[in-house]
Amino acid sequence: MKIEIAHGRIVDPRNGVDRVASLYVAAGRVAAIGAAPDGWHPNRVLDAHGLVVAPGLVDLSARLREPGLEYRATLESEMEAAVAGGVTRLACPPDTDPPLDEPGLVAMLRHRARSLNRAHVHPVGALTVQLQGVALTEMGELAEAGCVAFSHADVPLADTDLLRRAMQYAATFGHALWLRAVDPYLGRAGIAHDGEVATRLGLAGIPAAAETIALATILALARETGVRVHLTRLSCAESIAMIRAAKRDGLPVTADVAAHHLHLCDVDIGWFDANANLVPPLRTTRDRAALRAGLADGTIDVVCSDHAPVDDDAKQVPFGEAEPGATGLELLLPLTLKWAADDGVPLPAALAKITCAPARLVAAGAGELGVGRAADVCIFDPLAHWKVERGALKSQGKNTPFLGLEVPGRVRWTLIGGQVVYES
Amino acid sequence: MRNPQLNANGELTHLLTLEGLPPDIIRGILDTATPFVSIGEREVKKVPLLRGKAVFNLFFENSTRTRTTFEIAAKRLSADVINLNIGASSTSKGETLLDTVDNLVAMDADIFVVRHSQSGAPHLIAAHLNAAERRHVHVVNAGDGRHAHPTQGLLDLYTIRHYKKEFHNLTVAIVGDVLHSRVARSLIHGLTTLGTPEVRVIGPRTLMPARVEAMGVRTFNDMRAGLAGVDVVVMLRLQNERMKGALLPSAGEYFKHYGLTQEKLALAKPDVIVMHPGPMNRGVEIDSAVADGARSVILPQVTFGIAVRMAVMSIIAGN
Repeated sequence: MKIEIAHGRIVDPRNGVDRVASLYVAAGRVAAIGAAPDGWHPNRVLDAHGLVVAPGLVDLSARLREPGLEYRATLESEMEAAVAGGVTRLACPPDTDPPLDEPGLVAMLRHRARSLNRAHVHPVGALTVQLQGVALTEMGELAEAGCVAFSHADVPLADTDLLRRAMQYAATFGHALWLRAVDPYLGRAGIAHDGEVATRLGLAGIPAAAETIALATILALARETGVRVHLTRLSCAESIAMIRAAKRDGLPVTADVAAHHLHLCDVDIGWFDANANLVPPLRTTRDRAALRAGLADGTIDVVCSDHAPVDDDAKQVPFGEAEPGATGLELLLPLTLKWAADDGVPLPAALAKITCAPARLVAAGAGELGVGRAADVCIFDPLAHWKVERGALKSQGKNTPFLGLEVPGRVRWTLIGGQVVYES
Repeated sequence: MRNPQLNANGELTHLLTLEGLPPDIIRGILDTATPFVSIGEREVKKVPLLRGKAVFNLFFENSTRTRTTFEIAAKRLSADVINLNIGASSTSKGETLLDTVDNLVAMDADIFVVRHSQSGAPHLIAAHLNAAERRHVHVVNAGDGRHAHPTQGLLDLYTIRHYKKEFHNLTVAIVGDVLHSRVARSLIHGLTTLGTPEVRVIGPRTLMPARVEAMGVRTFNDMRAGLAGVDVVVMLRLQNERMKGALLPSAGEYFKHYGLTQEKLALAKPDVIVMHPGPMNRGVEIDSAVADGARSVILPQVTFGIAVRMAVMSIIAGN
């Protein structure tokens, strides 16, 4: 199969490419850019005039809800959502039921995902058995089965001795830990940022210190053990300052932010919108500004979707009883583009946050369009706006606080391994 | 975002919170309540305003006092009253809150009086009814989590207006567990909406919600300083389970610092009134001598509460 992606604006942040040219795909790979290979006879030509041709997006946090939570979403539905959002590679956290703490579960998930012939799936292994925070999992076996890193999902790790051992062990074998900073006690009954909005609505609060205390612990132990740590879904301004200082000191840390945290704050809870019940909670406008600035200046490396499809039954309940999370795979590109447009960030720099930067954490050689690389491509219209509505989402989860909002960036084609897997 | 408790004409169709209600609507409720106060003194304590209407008391959290006052209010308006004490057992039966509501709507409910332990539950029900174009069914919030208790707020406003006539020259102090208090939140919104120049909240920092000043109040940790020169003192109930633990060391220490005694009350204006939403913990937040004393208007509050609830139900049923 030979595909010619004709006359698009090729934006490949990893290789510093930003020019209008044609991209030639053959045998599943990028065969050439600009000038056609000798004897070029494409099977198909995609007219990318006025469109952006970018590497397929890489998402570091997409819950596919398998195994065990198929009533919320299935691999089939969410893999369709991924390609509809231009996502060609994703990492899924271990908070499934049972958690991804055994190689067999990981192998099965990978097998199921591969059989669907959609986005590449990189499971993130559970750091402890059953995510109970007591015993380490067999990280070596899990890595062999395909785990790209280890995490404790959103379950707080109370035992700092165990966390230190986990880091030492992971560092021994070069495994990376992806951690969300969350204190096991502070704000544990909370459901919203501990500020004006929570006070007004009578919602139990989660102070920023619930994140920064855990972050300080993680950074102190990372400094000691030298383990590679990726901090997921930061939510407050103080955290950004701490990551900035850690990076300045040369610590091998990276960080991401969820796309919805770039745009929303606690005020968006409105009159108890359960779709705005998120983990970590939406914080203040000041926090949001710090997250955006931290992303722009490189303190935060990656934007993730924090995709969490939730069924209606689990959202149509009082705010505090609602299952937290928002569907996000199809909004990763639009929300990143919107951030870039709002803050005057150049397109290549914005796309780096959802292509080459996350790819660096999951797969060498991914997230770029160099000649010879796998042809995982996202072709989108940066100017087309669309309205976020239930019917517009492929994900089984229709839960998003952006319902009704117009967002920029419509994916026209998604290619994985040189095959068109989505078109609109 | 449109206020979910108002219809397209800006009229009250649900009472969910006092936050964001126009002052005229609040004054209208208080004015409507006035003639209802005297109904209780008549031989026939009934008016036919809600004849043929069905009021469902939907209490997901136990309450005797509030449920009873709503029941009396509805009956005095000639409504049929159905009490449902659902408690925590409904969830174990697997029926969701909105399923319960849909079933009761099918039984031709006209007004739901809802109490729920979760903040925002009445909003959820009202939004569900609004979305389903069943705007003829009304919701009255009888207390949701820590969020709001608007009819209590209104009866507090009624009581203050009854004794003080105006709000624009008052200093009101609310004392105690503001953090967990829906009564405090509703009263604060009501007082600020009606132009009360100074609303104070008094309590230890463990019982103050984050950034409570943003609601338009002054915070005092020292009760004596906070009571100086006030016209109205509203004491909040301290729940038993909060008296010992991480919030407070003991009921005794709490009373020492934040219990209302004659000696502390002497710091307020001589014509101060003392209010309490009930039920009281004598000797914990209030001394019996004050509760039963000349400045106490705690029992009139209960009487006004019935009139105010009659006013609310008759107004929303007409919109």
